[in-house]
Amino acid sequence: MTTDTPIAVEANCETGEITSRPLTAEEIAAAKAAAAQYEADAKAKADADAAIAKAKASAAAKLAALGLTADEVAALVG
Amino acid sequence: MANPTYTLIQSVTLTTSTATVTLGSGGTIPQNYTDLQILFSARTDRASQPADDLQISFNGSTSSFSQIRIYGTGSGAGSDSNYASGRQIGITDGAGATSNTFGSFSLYIPNYAGSTYKSFSTDSVSENNATGAFQELSASLWSSISAITSISFTSTSATNFVAYSNFYLYGIKNS
Repeated sequence: MTTDTPIAVEANCETGEITSRPLTAEEIAAAKAAAAQYEADAKAKADADAAIAKAKASAAAKLAALGLTADEVAALVG
Repeated sequence: MANPTYTLIQSVTLTTSTATVTLGSGGTIPQNYTDLQILFSARTDRASQPADDLQISFNGSTSSFSQIRIYGTGSGAGSDSNYASGRQIGITDGAGATSNTFGSFSLYIPNYAGSTYKSFSTDSVSENNATGAFQELSASLWSSISAITSISFTSTSATNFVAYSNFYLYGIKNS
């Protein structure tokens, strides 16, 4: 585990000067909050995708039980 | 002699791990071009993952962004909108990608100096000698009438860009 403070690299387009500085505590907190939100968004999307896949599989099984061919099931819920 | 229509404004090559890269710090992006294009080659230190999502801010603002995208994962494809609060703009390599490879990225911002909302588009790919190689096209909107004077890039997972990632900002004129 690293304890190094994250840095920002900043380029001034008027002078061409490139500087680096440590992120402020506020910037680090904001980045961590954004990352937590991103993780939550990613999990929510994965859960939603999994729920859709599960519903499709269930629908396909029920249609097959009604006598539809595999091609017909795929045409409906493929 | 014709006026130059595609001009390199700034280039940055990282020499150490960096959380945030800002082009035009202090609001110094020149306002005398028609459009901007940013090309970059980047990799992050996101552990165990072949790719990492990137996000953007303009003029230090992280609000009023919206986005829609299509993407491929190497084994499937999908689409969604407003991922990561609408600031996600694409993907690049993470630490789990093939060693010493970098993702490629293009961002185009028309009418960046105008006083209407700013639309922009991106295309990006990750580089990985395995199934998990990603591609993405996105269309985004920054609902602000402010001219864009600085642009910052970070990863959505608060990781670092690694050394040798590089960023190029070009200005484009229509005459």
